[in-house]
Amino acid sequence: MTKITYREAVRDGLREALQSDPRVFLMGEDVGKYGGTYACSKGLLAEFGPDRVRDTPLSENTFVGAGIGAALGGMRPIVEVMTVNFSLLALDQIVNNAATIRHMSGGQFTVPLVVRMATGAGRQVAAQHSHSFEGWYAHIPGITVLTPATVTDAKGMLLSALREPDPVFIFEHAFLYPMEGELDEQAGAVDITKAAIRRPGRDVSLITFGGSLWKALQAAEQLATYGVEAEVVDLRVLRPLDTRTMLDSVRKTHRAVIIDEAWRTGSFAAEISAQIMEGAFYDLDAPVARVCSAEVPIPYPKHLEDAALPQSATIVRTVKGVLGQI
Amino acid sequence: MTIPVDRQHALELLRQMMRIRRFEEKCVELYGLGKIRGFLHLYIGEEAVAAGAMPIFTMEDAIVATYREHGHSLVRGTPMGSLMAELYGKANGCARGRGGSMHFFDAARRFYGGLAIVGGGLPVAVGLALAQKLTPLDKGRNKGAVTACFFGDGAVAEGEFHESLNLAALWKLPVLFLCENNLYAMGTALARHQSQTDIAKKAEAYAIAAEAVDGMDVLAVEEATRRAAETVRDGNGPYLIEYRTYRFRAHSMYDPELYRTKEEVAQWKERDPIEQFKGLLREWKSLTQEDLDKMEEAIATEIADAITFAERGPWEPIEDLTKDVLTPAISSHQSVASTPTLEGGGKSKG
Repeated sequence: MTKITYREAVRDGLREALQSDPRVFLMGEDVGKYGGTYACSKGLLAEFGPDRVRDTPLSENTFVGAGIGAALGGMRPIVEVMTVNFSLLALDQIVNNAATIRHMSGGQFTVPLVVRMATGAGRQVAAQHSHSFEGWYAHIPGITVLTPATVTDAKGMLLSALREPDPVFIFEHAFLYPMEGELDEQAGAVDITKAAIRRPGRDVSLITFGGSLWKALQAAEQLATYGVEAEVVDLRVLRPLDTRTMLDSVRKTHRAVIIDEAWRTGSFAAEISAQIMEGAFYDLDAPVARVCSAEVPIPYPKHLEDAALPQSATIVRTVKGVLGQI
Repeated sequence: MTIPVDRQHALELLRQMMRIRRFEEKCVELYGLGKIRGFLHLYIGEEAVAAGAMPIFTMEDAIVATYREHGHSLVRGTPMGSLMAELYGKANGCARGRGGSMHFFDAARRFYGGLAIVGGGLPVAVGLALAQKLTPLDKGRNKGAVTACFFGDGAVAEGEFHESLNLAALWKLPVLFLCENNLYAMGTALARHQSQTDIAKKAEAYAIAAEAVDGMDVLAVEEATRRAAETVRDGNGPYLIEYRTYRFRAHSMYDPELYRTKEEVAQWKERDPIEQFKGLLREWKSLTQEDLDKMEEAIATEIADAITFAERGPWEPIEDLTKDVLTPAISSHQSVASTPTLEGGGKSKG
């Protein structure tokens, strides 16, 4: 095991992908000379050259579309759309082309495209740079949506995504890039079909993904001091969703709290809640609860931003409510 | 007088234009009968562009077209039966009936749609050209291959047009931007939505070679496209051609056509690409009534056969509704490692 940051794990994955498959190339804003706005591609331009590490203009719709075209043409492009906020400019290509072409062409064409982007709030960058839209993307059939929360997944999910014949979108929570974790020297591709139990427990299931995983784990530790054993489910893959792991957990604990950094209304947390109603309603001892962001554009000052986002304290309080302890 | 083109070749150009015209006239009838539904954007009036331009491209080249692509598919060589079946929504259609009129696909002929959001095909074409340029696995295969991207005058208002021209020029990609300017973006005249109506001029801003040609003249279309394709194949980066053409019918099947006058339509019809070319061929003594009759008869047979093929085609079973949303067997090859575990910072359970 080596201690490594999340950003280094992403870079390891990128390097391994570029080394192992000549069809792979990376393109996006600032990925080359600058080394990536989150330094994920630092050094890769020098190592692999400008054909394989390509700086693009600030033309999100077009370079994502060019990724689709290159994938159709036999390449394995990795497109970095700096952040989810800018991916809104590429929605036409993502929704109308990447997600539809396989089905609409009757299976004749497939789009082996990997798109990576940073997501999430918590760094005081205000309303336009703090979105969490991975749940939106999970609404779209025809794409796979991954939310790596650990260093193993940061590297492994990228490598797994490149093996997929269809478009894969990877959402890396910006807060995680400096996070350190242990990475096995042999770490490579990982399963991208299943959710993971990150902490076993018996009293309540905390269901979450991405950056919120660590808040949920922190809350679980705190709950343990009150004698409450929370099970933490990391969904990992938002589409296609592994409902089984999550429902098995709820059937065991009989209570569920969903933590999602997106706004509550129409959130992915709402989808999870509905899935629990459909699949485990009679196993529940309490109504499903959600911890989501406040319905407000994410504000700049730290105290307001903190108040807007899910926090471990909020999770603890919500769990206590579900358990009837407050 | 010297006839500037080979007679057989000229007759083939005429035949292709007539195939498109007769096919679409039949489509109108079938629409009236309810056999074809949804949107149906007719190409009638613009046939010289597809007939003249498409044969320039080889099967190594990639084609990207729009929702008005019946003509492009027909000339590219996708069998008429599979196109008609697609319009019927039948499973023997060129896209299993899933796309209909706006979404013809044909992998065997590198025909990448049938992409129906205005401007949406341009970035895809840029990417296909990038793949042609990079092709690391089999360097020889794509040498000199190009991507032909057809789009309309409406697309030049989209950001994707400008972004794509810039990126293709910046990376010197082998792509031909082929603008079919029929003067109307749906129902809005070019002059009502563009400050600069000379589309070829817009390419100058991106240092892209460009020219405008008479899109009602099949020989002019062919000549310009051949020259442009050669330039692009030689590695000189992208090229833009503006074909000045006109659609004789409504934007889709029906519209009130309040946005243009009957006189204007009548004037353009005088320049009908098929009638013009017939006149020219007669002038050259290259076309007899017998030639024409034979051609019409063969086309009528082809259309009748296409309808039979479509009529007899099966509907896709409802059980296959979600087939190919993702590549089948996705679950098996995703399982490449054991159940995920947590490293660092927390407890894990395998």
